[in-house]
Amino acid sequence: MAAIKFTLNGKTQNVDVSPDMPLLWVLRDTLGMTGTKFGCGMALCGACTVHINGNATRSCVTRIASVESKSITTIEGLSADVSHPVQRAWLELDVPQCGYCQSGQIMAAADLLSKKADPSDADIDELMMGNICRCGTYQDIRRAIHRAAELKAQGAKA
Amino acid sequence: MSTATILSRRTFLRTTSVGAAGLVLSVTWPRGIIRAAQGRGGRGPQFQPQPNAYLHVAPDETVTFEITKGEMGQGTVTSLAMLLAEELDCDWQKVRTEFAPVDPVYGNQGVYGSSSIRSTWTPLRTVGATARAMLIEAAAQKWGVAASQLHTENGYVIGPSGRLSYGSLAEAAAALPIPSGVPLKEPSQYRLIGKATKRLDTRDKICGQAKFGLDARPQGLVYAVLERCPVFGGRVASFDATKVKAVAGVKNVVQISNGVAVIADNTWSAIEGRKALEIKWDEGPNAAQTSAAISQLFAERAQQQGIVAKTAGSVQQALAGATKKIEAVYEAPYLAHSSMEPMNCTAVVRADSCEIWASTQMQTGSRAIAAQTTGLPPQNVKVNTMFMGGGFGRRGGVDYVRETVEVAQAMPGTPVKLTWTREDDMQHDTYRPAAYVKFAGALDADGWPSALVANMACPSFGNGTATDTSFGGGSGPDGVAVEGLSTFEYAIPNVMVDWRRANAGIPTSFWRSVGYSQNTFFCECFLDELAAAGGKDPVELRRRLLANSPRLLGVLNLAAEKADWGKAPAGHFQGVAAVNHIGSYFALVAEISMDKGKVRVLRVVCSSDCGPIVNPMIVRQQLESGIVYGLSAAMTGAITINRGRVEQSNFSDYRVLRINQMPQIEVYTVPTDNAPGGIGEGSVPVIAPAVCNAIFAATGKRIRRLPLSLEGLV
Repeated sequence: MAAIKFTLNGKTQNVDVSPDMPLLWVLRDTLGMTGTKFGCGMALCGACTVHINGNATRSCVTRIASVESKSITTIEGLSADVSHPVQRAWLELDVPQCGYCQSGQIMAAADLLSKKADPSDADIDELMMGNICRCGTYQDIRRAIHRAAELKAQGAKA
Repeated sequence: MSTATILSRRTFLRTTSVGAAGLVLSVTWPRGIIRAAQGRGGRGPQFQPQPNAYLHVAPDETVTFEITKGEMGQGTVTSLAMLLAEELDCDWQKVRTEFAPVDPVYGNQGVYGSSSIRSTWTPLRTVGATARAMLIEAAAQKWGVAASQLHTENGYVIGPSGRLSYGSLAEAAAALPIPSGVPLKEPSQYRLIGKATKRLDTRDKICGQAKFGLDARPQGLVYAVLERCPVFGGRVASFDATKVKAVAGVKNVVQISNGVAVIADNTWSAIEGRKALEIKWDEGPNAAQTSAAISQLFAERAQQQGIVAKTAGSVQQALAGATKKIEAVYEAPYLAHSSMEPMNCTAVVRADSCEIWASTQMQTGSRAIAAQTTGLPPQNVKVNTMFMGGGFGRRGGVDYVRETVEVAQAMPGTPVKLTWTREDDMQHDTYRPAAYVKFAGALDADGWPSALVANMACPSFGNGTATDTSFGGGSGPDGVAVEGLSTFEYAIPNVMVDWRRANAGIPTSFWRSVGYSQNTFFCECFLDELAAAGGKDPVELRRRLLANSPRLLGVLNLAAEKADWGKAPAGHFQGVAAVNHIGSYFALVAEISMDKGKVRVLRVVCSSDCGPIVNPMIVRQQLESGIVYGLSAAMTGAITINRGRVEQSNFSDYRVLRINQMPQIEVYTVPTDNAPGGIGEGSVPVIAPAVCNAIFAATGKRIRRLPLSLEGLV
């Protein structure tokens, strides 16, 4: 066991767990934050995507010891009121079906837009292909990312 | 006649908990009222009726609908609420939903066979209309006018002297007798039905608040994983847990009927502990099974006498007198469901009660298996219905509920969550059966099909599971194993479809669109072979054979028109397929290109006729979803067996469609005033044959086995 300190959704968080424990299970089981999902355990599906220091990262293969002193954002902390442009676009276009993969999709899309303000379809393919959706919402995800880019641009002007 | 109660036991609990009375309506429907809408060709006995609905109009104007069915992305929460709200004429913005408890008062609660709208279309609208009539009557009495002078609008009763809100009338309405025979709206009066309406559960699903099965966290929860025999049908001979107990966080190791569970402080510790388990297995009779042996079994069985599933005319005479004959063998593999949320369940067992939290397609079945496992009466089992992270038929099984209850029995009073890892989920699924069919076809002098023979061999659905005897257990064919071949509407004068059970020790069960998932691939591809052999255009051939099937012909023509059939751009190739199932009609044109021998699906045009459309947005999403699910399987889906074990383990070797492989999908719907049909499984069967027929158009090569990756095409 080891005491590990990091920032979680803007607040200081201390945990005392095995240093090898994946961040995913610390979030879900130790801290009770179930918005981040378990899908494959091997960084193959993207359901567990969170931001570490602003970068989309698969929490299922991230040792908790490696996040010491870092800043983590989960779906619960992306915005206080579903106001992130990606969430607004997702709501507007009603993207989720079963919804299970959508936390990861949204976190990946938010990261994408922080790096590419106006992504092409090819950019979306490249940066979202790590996130599986078995309901097949890909067409709506693509539309919503373009819409989120518009919303973000409007927000930047306002 | 319906029977009805106001302020039932549950109502009392609710009204005390919210501190406000109101109109609560619970209507029990006589069995049979919805039976006519529920039939599904070839799926054995009629479904049990799924009656009942429940609504609560509160004095604060909130309207709460109990959703008696599970939500796995197919949109039941929204669509069922729309049916109630349409007839209640309430303010859609004030609608709330919650999952109903699992209770016999609601009949058999489950989501399968694309039946949710079909089974609730009349009952839920009637509940809404009945409640509305009571609110009108309450207003009429208050105003001292005749109810016929009043009407409703968006949560108000409106009369000559003003308007009264539903909330203000709720208590008075609740005291009135429940009327019967309340008329339903004419379609021209609909405000919600037929309009694209936003899902009620989206907000919770985009901020991490929707609670799936895996998110259940009752107080004092512990976490378990289970090691199962890697060979189907095997069992624990002995095990040594010494090293497991040394793993940090591990609390307990218990043997249950089909394996050894490790219970820990958190899921990861349970997984780590399981790695240290030493188990000797009795691998049982399937220890040497292989995919090659299963294929051989099917081929041998196909030569034997079969059970007739469909027959017309005389195929012998037609084949003997044919101008041209063709033969072909088709095969389809076992498939995993691989929903994004792996199987899981949470349970606590006490001396006189059991409570479970489950993402399940079978709420009633989950309650029953928990009761059976614990020996408790069903009424002592409480089921909490959680959102499902996908179902696709897999969550129609209750094996994971049984396992969880067994583990929880070893820790009385402690809630236990049993999580399946992705590898567990992939290797202990109940699979879509592999299947084999030997076709013979004949053409008449003009090149039109005169005979079709299909000799099928495959395992029955439910083989190796609790439902084994439900399908094909008797002397008849397994109705679901042959559907798609036994049910097609093509007017070929001489037809013989027969089937042989070829169980191979691999557990099988429903997979989105069930028998159609393989048989429509077989049927639509061989039909294309007949078209080519007779020199006919594939759409023209289907039009001719569907001359007396107006609904299927209608969707075929619509898809062909919207896809610009026959006018694909240079380098693009088209294929077509059509199917009638789940009470609805579907046609699809796939447009592909070939790039260095690899297929690229560029554009998919799908048309459907499912009768009245409740929510066009959800219908569009379901059609897209089915296409992706079917295409994913067609491209790379295959579960293979070696030494009795599944060879695939995760998304690395059971590849599924990703966004960069996504074709452009267009869907078109024809609303008709027929009885409502299903939609959730609708488009799944037609994508694989349409793509394979397009590959033939592009390359001249017939694809007679799936997935396409086997042929090096992916």
